[in-house]
Amino acid sequence: MVESVRPKRKQPVSGVTRRKALVGLGGAAVSGVLPGFVRYAQAQSSAPIKIGFQVHRTGIGASYGRWYDRTTKAAALLINESGGINGRPVEIIAEDDGTDPKRGAEVVEKFATQHGADVAFGTLFSHVVIGSAPRAGELKIPYFVVSEGHHVASGMLNRYTLQPGITDVKSQVQSMAPWVAANLGKKVTMIYPDFAFGHDHRDYFSAAMAAQGGEVIGKIAIPPTESSFFKYFPKIPRGTDVLYHVMVGPGVLTFVKEMGEFFGSKRPEIFGFIDSLEAVNINSPGLEFLEGSYFWEGNPRYAQAQSTKFDAFYRAKVGVDATGASVNDPKDISTYAHMFGCWETLHVIKQGMESAGYRGPGDRAKLIEAVESITDMAASQAHPQGAKLFNGKTHQVFGHQYISQVGGGKLNVVHRTAIEDGFYKDEVDYTSQPL
Amino acid sequence: MDFGPYFLLATLEGAVGAAVLALTALGLSLVFGVMRIVNVAHGAFFMLGAIIAWWVADTLGAGPMLSFLAALIISPLAVGAVAVLAERLILRRLNYNPESTIVATIGLLYVIEQVALMTYGPDARPVVAPIDFRVQLPWFGYSGYKLLVIAASIVVMLAVWWGLTRTRIGLMMRATQFDSETARAFAIPVDRVYGGVFAFGAMLAAIGAVLVVPIQQAHYLMGNDPLLLSFIVVIIGGLGSLRGTVLAAVIIGLSDGIISVFFSPTLAKIIATLVVAMILVIRPKGLFGTQSA
Repeated sequence: MVESVRPKRKQPVSGVTRRKALVGLGGAAVSGVLPGFVRYAQAQSSAPIKIGFQVHRTGIGASYGRWYDRTTKAAALLINESGGINGRPVEIIAEDDGTDPKRGAEVVEKFATQHGADVAFGTLFSHVVIGSAPRAGELKIPYFVVSEGHHVASGMLNRYTLQPGITDVKSQVQSMAPWVAANLGKKVTMIYPDFAFGHDHRDYFSAAMAAQGGEVIGKIAIPPTESSFFKYFPKIPRGTDVLYHVMVGPGVLTFVKEMGEFFGSKRPEIFGFIDSLEAVNINSPGLEFLEGSYFWEGNPRYAQAQSTKFDAFYRAKVGVDATGASVNDPKDISTYAHMFGCWETLHVIKQGMESAGYRGPGDRAKLIEAVESITDMAASQAHPQGAKLFNGKTHQVFGHQYISQVGGGKLNVVHRTAIEDGFYKDEVDYTSQPL
Repeated sequence: MDFGPYFLLATLEGAVGAAVLALTALGLSLVFGVMRIVNVAHGAFFMLGAIIAWWVADTLGAGPMLSFLAALIISPLAVGAVAVLAERLILRRLNYNPESTIVATIGLLYVIEQVALMTYGPDARPVVAPIDFRVQLPWFGYSGYKLLVIAASIVVMLAVWWGLTRTRIGLMMRATQFDSETARAFAIPVDRVYGGVFAFGAMLAAIGAVLVVPIQQAHYLMGNDPLLLSFIVVIIGGLGSLRGTVLAAVIIGLSDGIISVFFSPTLAKIIATLVVAMILVIRPKGLFGTQSA
């Protein structure tokens, strides 16, 4: 890849010739004279609906960003092919947030004030969501996140922030805990990234295990930018039945590899969130020790015998093969367990805009109310991960979770939770907040 | 885990860190010592070394050993070539002015980082270790490759020491470091020495990166930590002092390893930074420095 950086030599400094510049100037002058000629002729009927896409192109979330981007483009293409939203095409305006909360807030502001976006959408990393959501609330721009964090349903954010396309960590770990306690063991040590997302895992899984009569005997927090992990493993207490790991960032493969080096064949049961290996081939050298271990998956990376036709449709549209890799490059592994959230969220935006009769930014409040009134989402092309239930009060969706076991170089689903397994008491009623 | 094995693990981890850090910091220290240039782009050269190593291993597609050896040769050469270019096109034109070169190397850092991002992409990619060997100790397992890294780093450092003290080129470098004008008067091609030293410093960083890439992975932001730690090491050791640099790298590397195992990695960084501040107050020249910082 590096050889392609060679600069091209003989090009002029700029590709603009004097003639082109004059023509351009003339064109600009003409369109200035006739303002209504091109731009407004069809504004009401077919001007695009602009969806600001806050994407982690760079920074520690980059591999997620790449696939969130592909999924979002595929979903937008599909929506446009089938007539758009309210007959208007969807335009995705992507802006890199560098997986950085401060930049995230700026990006949201840019969508609202500069791009004239109708809604903002797509953020994954919880610290970026938490950094951006207050600005979205102030600007009163609907902000649809695809983040898994419990911060939406916990009431920490505001009425303009919604998570209708992916379940939150609290609900995920709560539906995992009974299975872990029943099948793997009661004494758990957790390894998690040291920021909001990891803290959600720590707090809610500990509580859920305690409810099952289990106990979390070790809690090991690792900074998400860490690049060397070996030093953390000695902190795993003796007597650990189950090692629970969830890690994010560019070092995930190193993390899992070093875990293998540390344990060798004498490992405890291992239950991981696939986040630890998203965008990484589970057959990478050094990961052999994972054979027989278990993973949570939001959506099964490997196509299963029981996979639905909706999953097959979605896989084909996004360009992912049956092993979860890009159809163009088998080395390019997708973030399959998470990225469906972008696809489904875009479809929720479409559903909300259509039922609100959305025409422009003046109808943003109507859009929020329309999405809040959504409840059941059936498994369909719009919801390929499976059926879901949306809670309009907490702005959070609930759905099925998957537990897969590593076997024969694949992830094989061994358990699918019921939607109700992830329910918990409402912690907020956003609908009581003013719009 | 009992204290004994725990301490052993901490020391091993620290030694691996120290080995890589010593190489990287040595490069930074050489460049400063001879050229009086604070090379902020040093971390970028480190990162470039890792990325080129991945590229060589991936393109070659040979066995892990062969790919790794090829990377170990090609990557430092390529990084050295980039450094020579940077020296000729940028630093020389600034007459090696200390302030301007700081700004220029900051710019270079961004350029290299962005080019890496635009071509190599934002992903972390692994290079397979040349030896797949796991040392099973009674209490925990340890990667055999990491032990190899320590050995390789010692060999490279000995070679650098030998080159500086026993060869003609080393003599020219030392003469330039001691007094560049007098060296010029004795017909030492100071300009070429500068170019060579800058390239050599970058190559040392690249060697460190190639050694580390089977442990970590190549990533476009991976140069930041080594840069910071290298500066800490060079300041503690005494700017321009090779002996001090190596000693400081061992101290910082080991203490970083041990503190992060027993307490937390953040505390290790806090303590390292605190030590730098104290050293600047008490011994502004560093442990072995000959000129003030």
